[in-house]
Amino acid sequence: MSLLIQNGLVVDPAQALAAPRDLLIEGGEIVALEPAGSIPAEGRRVIEARNLVVTPGLIDMHVHLREPGEEYKETILTGTQAAAAGGFTAVAAMPNTRPVNDNSAVTRFIREAAQVAGLARVYPVGAISMGSLGQTLSEYGDQKAAGVVAFSDDGHPVMNPMLMRRALEYARTFDVPLIAHEEDLDLRANGVMHEGRVSLELGLRGIPAAAEESMIFRDLALLQLTGGRLHIAHVSAFGSVALIRTAKAAGLTVTAETAPHYFSLTEEAVRGYDTFAKVNPPLRTAADVVAIKEGLADGTLDAIACDHAPHTSLEKDLEFEAAAFGLIGLETSLGLSLKLVHDGVLSLSQLVAAMSTNPARILGLPGGTLAVGSPADVTLMDPNREWTVDANTFASKSRNCPFNGWTLKGRAVMTIVGGKVVWEG
Amino acid sequence: MEFRRKDLLGIAELTPDEIRHILATAASLKEISARPIKKVPTLRGKTVVTVFYEPSTRTRMSFEIAAKRLSADTLNLTVAASSAVKGETLMDTAHNLEAMQPDLLVIRHPASGAPHYLARRLKCGVINAGDGLHEHPTQALLDLLTVQEAKGRLDGLKVAIIGDIAHSRVARSDIQAFLKMGSEVTVAGPATMLPPHLESLGARVTYSLEEAVAGADVIMMLRLQLERMGQMFLSTLREYSRFFGLAPRHLKLAQPDVIIMHPGPLNRGVEISPEVADGPHSVILEQVTNGVAVRMAMLYLLIGGEKA
Repeated sequence: MSLLIQNGLVVDPAQALAAPRDLLIEGGEIVALEPAGSIPAEGRRVIEARNLVVTPGLIDMHVHLREPGEEYKETILTGTQAAAAGGFTAVAAMPNTRPVNDNSAVTRFIREAAQVAGLARVYPVGAISMGSLGQTLSEYGDQKAAGVVAFSDDGHPVMNPMLMRRALEYARTFDVPLIAHEEDLDLRANGVMHEGRVSLELGLRGIPAAAEESMIFRDLALLQLTGGRLHIAHVSAFGSVALIRTAKAAGLTVTAETAPHYFSLTEEAVRGYDTFAKVNPPLRTAADVVAIKEGLADGTLDAIACDHAPHTSLEKDLEFEAAAFGLIGLETSLGLSLKLVHDGVLSLSQLVAAMSTNPARILGLPGGTLAVGSPADVTLMDPNREWTVDANTFASKSRNCPFNGWTLKGRAVMTIVGGKVVWEG
Repeated sequence: MEFRRKDLLGIAELTPDEIRHILATAASLKEISARPIKKVPTLRGKTVVTVFYEPSTRTRMSFEIAAKRLSADTLNLTVAASSAVKGETLMDTAHNLEAMQPDLLVIRHPASGAPHYLARRLKCGVINAGDGLHEHPTQALLDLLTVQEAKGRLDGLKVAIIGDIAHSRVARSDIQAFLKMGSEVTVAGPATMLPPHLESLGARVTYSLEEAVAGADVIMMLRLQLERMGQMFLSTLREYSRFFGLAPRHLKLAQPDVIIMHPGPLNRGVEISPEVADGPHSVILEQVTNGVAVRMAMLYLLIGGEKA
């Protein structure tokens, strides 16, 4: 059966398109994209999208689904439910599961579980090193063949520069990007929040921005040496944006992402020892927030990815220093990001590029566009609908959301994956 | 004025008026400790539990003596932090204690914010007896009382705090306490021990002990935690003592009536020379005496008085 999405404002940066269009879906693919009112409705399921924005399905290239191993926090089913509810048609799942996704058996398990769930697509990310132990390379070619789209040390930064060099070279061999969690663990030591005025006042050990910046500098220098593709995860600091901007101007093949919490919150959120605001890299200063927004606006930062990191009260209802790092984001990411559009920081097209077009390009995914012949992954959003964040209503199993109670303007109203409506709200 | 708090968590939350009220209360209760029979029935029937996740002799004893002089029943729980890690959570321990219906919990914990975490969740009052690197409010209050007694005022005094500011909850509480009461505060130490943004608290920062003590009315020496050696904060004790140890020659730079303070325990010959520690300017033991008075005041203000 064919599905007609009528009269929506179609925003598709890949086609430099932002205009009212009718979108026709058949057999899981986009088969026509025509001026609004020109595709006849007869015999088709019609979705009226007047006053809505229709975009290529949003892709979050950095989430933790916790399965296998920590199913009490999240499963592939609940994680992809949360993704669909947040308007995401695809997510890239980080490898720090138990066991670590460092081999094709785990990769296949994740893909099969995602298929059974039948909601958002899940693209597994493999580990840079076996067990993420930072010693030997995992099987990049084998894992790529099984469906891995990138390799990452997320949560376990590669401290050994020789291993990082070899990983960049080995990934280049198989034409996959490396996603780097940039953090010098010696400099971080036992820090639990941004090192600054608030850490001083709260007596919490700090993580200086230099812990991130110095590793980005190292990896950019290595990238210059090796070639290949480097993607920098969850950029949080002013200096990091400047380094990446310079590297891009010099022609390095580097891309980067940031997360909504890095442009929505500062270190002030930690006051009161709120463990939901404990995240790594840490929430930084107002000046860093400005730099992150500038980086998104001028394209230094290619993507917005929420680093969805579910934890339960077992990990979060503790003394601050004992609590785990991480917050959940799939169901607030779009609402927080649309604020950048309402505030004039980004155009709607830039937002869609950061949340769909660019992640698809960086990871080499199908989708990221509504061009005829593309998979019918579509997000419908109402950019003006106001809603109040209530973590207790989330599809995610976890509740570690520092935005609970916030009023956001704009959200997804329908999520379509492969022509199938997987979420409607 | 009335003191309307359930907990004492830090100096940061207190207003100058509240601090004055605490000091006045402490000054009036101090006399009890000088009586032949050092006990009043004020807190009879109240239970005070001290829970220490870090070793401490004087602070725990000081709270215990303070409670006993007011006739409260006391119970002490010392938890080795390592066994706490293996066993029940802080919350579970606290809920279990609360189920025994104490009126007040006095807690020392290595995690900054642990007392705040408990205070939000427990019905009984909580006194922070030192949390991580964060605050040690009763120490700062006893320091204020000691200075006020010696100088007759707090306003306009020049206070120098010397040593490892980065790892000192005493320093964090003292800096805020003296600033709130109108003193000028200068901190000094090696840059490894002076965290960035200290100026934002309102303190002057220098790397020179001589500069910090010049014209000072009060010199507060912090205990050098010897475990910092070998953690890249310091070179040798010998060098630390040469550049940051308080010796008689430094007193000549300060006001003639300067007082010397130290929260204890002393590393004699490291941050303070014996001549200075035992000399006429030292009020170190007066601090200990005032510690009991200030803790009596806090117990009284939190669980005594009209609310009883």
